[in-house]
Amino acid sequence: MPREDFIVKTPYLRTKRDVAENLYAAHNRALIALARRDARIVSCYGDFSPGEVGAVFAKECPDRILDVGIAEGHLMTSAAGLAGAGFIPFTHCHGIFGLGRAYNQIRQNVAYDQRNVKIVMCNCGVIWGILGPSHQVLEDIAALRAIPKLTILSPADAVSCEKATYAAAERLGPVILRLPSTGDSFPTLYTNDLEYQIGKAICLRDGRDATILATGILVSDALAVAEELEQVGVSIRVLDVHTIKPLDEAAILQAARETGALVTVEDATILGGLGGTVAELTAEQCPVLVRRVGVKDRFGESGTPAQVKADCQLTPPFIRQAVEEVLRAKARNAN
Amino acid sequence: MIIRNDELVKDLEVKARKLRLEALFVMKEMGIGWLGGSFSSADVVTALLFYRMRHDPKNPQWPERDRLIVSKGHSCEIVYAALAEAGYFPREELKTYSHPGARLQTHVNTRTPGIDYSGGSLGLGLSFAVGSAAGAYIQPAEANLAAPARRHAPRYRVYCIVGDGECNEGQVWEAAASASHFRLDNLTAIIDSNRFQSTGPVEKTLNMLSLAEKFRSFGWEVREIDGNKMSEVVATLEWAASVEGKPQAVIAHTVKGKGLPPYENTNCHFIRITDEMIKIGQETLKN
Repeated sequence: MPREDFIVKTPYLRTKRDVAENLYAAHNRALIALARRDARIVSCYGDFSPGEVGAVFAKECPDRILDVGIAEGHLMTSAAGLAGAGFIPFTHCHGIFGLGRAYNQIRQNVAYDQRNVKIVMCNCGVIWGILGPSHQVLEDIAALRAIPKLTILSPADAVSCEKATYAAAERLGPVILRLPSTGDSFPTLYTNDLEYQIGKAICLRDGRDATILATGILVSDALAVAEELEQVGVSIRVLDVHTIKPLDEAAILQAARETGALVTVEDATILGGLGGTVAELTAEQCPVLVRRVGVKDRFGESGTPAQVKADCQLTPPFIRQAVEEVLRAKARNAN
Repeated sequence: MIIRNDELVKDLEVKARKLRLEALFVMKEMGIGWLGGSFSSADVVTALLFYRMRHDPKNPQWPERDRLIVSKGHSCEIVYAALAEAGYFPREELKTYSHPGARLQTHVNTRTPGIDYSGGSLGLGLSFAVGSAAGAYIQPAEANLAAPARRHAPRYRVYCIVGDGECNEGQVWEAAASASHFRLDNLTAIIDSNRFQSTGPVEKTLNMLSLAEKFRSFGWEVREIDGNKMSEVVATLEWAASVEGKPQAVIAHTVKGKGLPPYENTNCHFIRITDEMIKIGQETLKN
């Protein structure tokens, strides 16, 4: 039996998820608006397509768009140099290379010196398919959150992505913006009046039996699973953990206390990612049942996004299975 | 090379000796120091900070300041000695070198007034210098890096000291290509070619052959000089500032440990500093 009386949803949740939008395009809209009002904004690329930004910047501020070629390490360090000169550079490249080829540069030149660089990691996660495992970054959340003094944003849809770009520009210091496939569109979850705040998870719907904590494009699937379970009388809270760092510890601990069972969902490795950070936090401060849905210590595969998503066990049935497992374990513990 | 001003060169030579001795005392603070690279680059550091660069020790964040990027960030003691001498911080602070929480860390660090770049991870400084130099050309107006005719004058110059061993790192060459592509003529790289890297002679560890040819082939204007001869350093820095349309690389052939004869041209990269060395330094570096 659905318990309609109990379900409380965020006022910013669209009633239907019938629109799909591209997060990179949403980011670019914000970047263009920012550049028009702030001459410190510079957009940098490592042989990466600038989308709409390319034509607009070429016309309006051609000196504020730079492509340094296939050189992600140099991209990050030179952006740090621009920040040192008083600019606010946004770097754009494939997440796999931004992480893998430029980890030391992000750590040493950007984070350590607290440069005001905004690093846009594009095509993150396993679900962008066709280019295969060499291009799918699974370790970005885990690896980047280990670096001190970085802010890490992982928006779930176009609306929150656009707002995350504005928030990143306003925040003094280094910010990572983790984006999914730049060539695909994903369901829009939020209404345009969303109040977005870095470090504050959004409770999409309340619930008391368990909580799904999701980040990035899988938030939409987490929501779908919660809606399915509602039909069978199970009440699931869903949190959009759009900020990996600083983590909204209060919201997570509250969910742990109030629902007693947590499932994390991410399109990245379960080792040290969102699942890892939630497990670390709750183990110390509120021991509770945790199940992690994510890529299970393996590499990806070539394939369409749908094929890869299924192959890596990231589709709604796997999320539902994890929730049911944790609910059974919770019931066993109660007896 | 033309010596423009004997008096100036002599003053800078005196200063460089003084700073080497100061740097030796800084190293003594930790008991171990980057003797080789600090001493090989001492003349370049001196000429930059006390002659060529536009900077204001009372206003380290002056936006129009020329930048010194010490990419070989371990050669920090000579830089700290020079910055204290210039007035960026009190000379007494040199005694805090290497202490936890101190502004003077064991690799150049932006905590220190006058330091624009935190070094330590080799091969990155030239990229930072490229970003910094590109920033000097970005104006709120319509300037375009790709359209030289419309370029404004850069707001400042950037000097980057790179080690010869450091040139093993691939990112040095990413930066070299980038500087040339963006026509960053306000960028001068000085390669402190002291012929040694951490574990031995550069030819033995990884023979990079001619760095001059490499930079030239990347589109830089290149000069090779005796980097421990102040008259040549001064004249070359003047030349560099006059080059238009291209970044400049100065291959400064130097002597590792220059100024402390028993250690010159040895692999004194990071060595224990003894009382005996201080005694030798006080003799050979006195003015």
